[in-house]
Amino acid sequence: MRGLQLSLNQTQKVRLQRALEKLESLSSKANSNASVIVADSIPVNHEDGLLKGHGTTEFNGEVVATVCGVVERVNKLVYVRSLRARYKPEVGDIIVGRVIEVAPKRWRVEINYSHDAVLMLSSMNLPDGIQRRRTALDELNMRSIFEENDVICAEVRGFQHDGLHLQARSQKYGKLGRGQMLTVPPYLVKRRKQHFHNLEQYGIDLILGCNGFIWVGEHVEVTDDMVVDQVNNSEQQSAKSDVKFFSPGEQERSYTPQETRESICRTANAIRVLSTLGFNITVEVIMETVDLSSSLKQQVPIHEMLGSEFCVLVAEKEAARRSLTKKKG
Amino acid sequence: MEFVSPEGLRLDGRRPMEMRQIRAEIGVVAKADGSAMFEMGNTKVIAAVYGPKEVQNRSQQLNANALVRCEYTMANFSTRRSDEKTKGRSTEISLVIRQTMEECILTNLMPRSQIDIFVQVLQADGGTRSACINAATLALADAGIPMRDLVTSCSAGYLNSTPLLDLNYIEDTCNRRLQGSCRLHREILLENTKQLEYRRGT
Repeated sequence: MRGLQLSLNQTQKVRLQRALEKLESLSSKANSNASVIVADSIPVNHEDGLLKGHGTTEFNGEVVATVCGVVERVNKLVYVRSLRARYKPEVGDIIVGRVIEVAPKRWRVEINYSHDAVLMLSSMNLPDGIQRRRTALDELNMRSIFEENDVICAEVRGFQHDGLHLQARSQKYGKLGRGQMLTVPPYLVKRRKQHFHNLEQYGIDLILGCNGFIWVGEHVEVTDDMVVDQVNNSEQQSAKSDVKFFSPGEQERSYTPQETRESICRTANAIRVLSTLGFNITVEVIMETVDLSSSLKQQVPIHEMLGSEFCVLVAEKEAARRSLTKKKG
Repeated sequence: MEFVSPEGLRLDGRRPMEMRQIRAEIGVVAKADGSAMFEMGNTKVIAAVYGPKEVQNRSQQLNANALVRCEYTMANFSTRRSDEKTKGRSTEISLVIRQTMEECILTNLMPRSQIDIFVQVLQADGGTRSACINAATLALADAGIPMRDLVTSCSAGYLNSTPLLDLNYIEDTCNRRLQGSCRLHREILLENTKQLEYRRGT
């Protein structure tokens, strides 16, 4: 946790201190002496071969760290896992990003990486759901799919000669609307099987992007292409291009109720608290935090969730949770 | 003017080879990729690092290395005396910091990207250049940017035939007024930077 900027009173300070000490005592001691700072030499056994990975370099015959972090060893490979860095994409990661430019046949997307990602027109499903060649007309209509500053969700496809490519070949990817995008340090989001979550009791969607961008929004029913297509065919041909993206009439009809808005804000604030405390962000922890905020004797109002009292509570709760799982394991 | 009293104490009560108290803090700018605050006595600077990110000006893009940029500014309230030649000095110090950091960062690992370093002097009491280099190093390390080494810096000067470590504003300006030692002062600073780096590396 870096420089927590909260005004705590004396009791809160003591409680937070105690919770953090407890957390520290629970963390595994296995790697505690493996932390290095820049230019620390890493002890290695040169006799049985060695592969220098990320964050290391050779200097005067010694292996030296180039970033601050924790030394990891996998067989012969020695690398340093850095404490804080920008997001490093891996193929298959699910990410949330913001469109910054509409270029010929592609969108440029900001994803918190050192370069902008590219989403090609050809690597995303067209709104009408038909597989076909992209025509010049499609290219002219690109702005009807994504515009500048739209928040989108996509998958990392891989590195090509001109940078990082994304793809959005499913209905679950695409434009995100009616919600909030949060930015947390990317190392707090771990890669898991499931990054899309539908919190049914609140009617909201949660997308934990691997790049540290998190989307909290109203639940959108993912519609199957083909089914929608057939329904549409029977109705009207011209409405086809707007299947997934709200037409003005639809927008009026599907007005977000206030309860949903409130749960979006509550969830978003729960994530903000977790990220200031530097806890890993998983759907379980988020839900626990949300439940904690609404189950207390006097429900914590949404705007007070970012205050110091709730922050201390969350820290204590996390300490208790971890000690419990530790005992079980 | 007497800079070292007969008892061997300087104007602010230090011994000739004594540094001022240093204090550092990282993570002071929330939105930056890395940031640091560095204090040396009454000198206080803040540094923020943004990047590696997409190069803003495509014509400056380097295909094999990262582009390092540095901007050094002094806050208007940092000093009581109005310095008339601040502008030139700022550009010069920007350049010094940029060159030092460029050497230190493993720029070949981040091709076609840009790293911005911003340093601002909040309080000036001599040795701002050294403090800025130290702050920039900390900010870069905080941003997780791979570096050869941690560069540290401290000024030193030669006044009235006594070598002095970590000059404060009064000692620094008097040093500059004595035309001869002005040059000496700067060389020592740069050499010192390298020396420390060398010692740390081996």
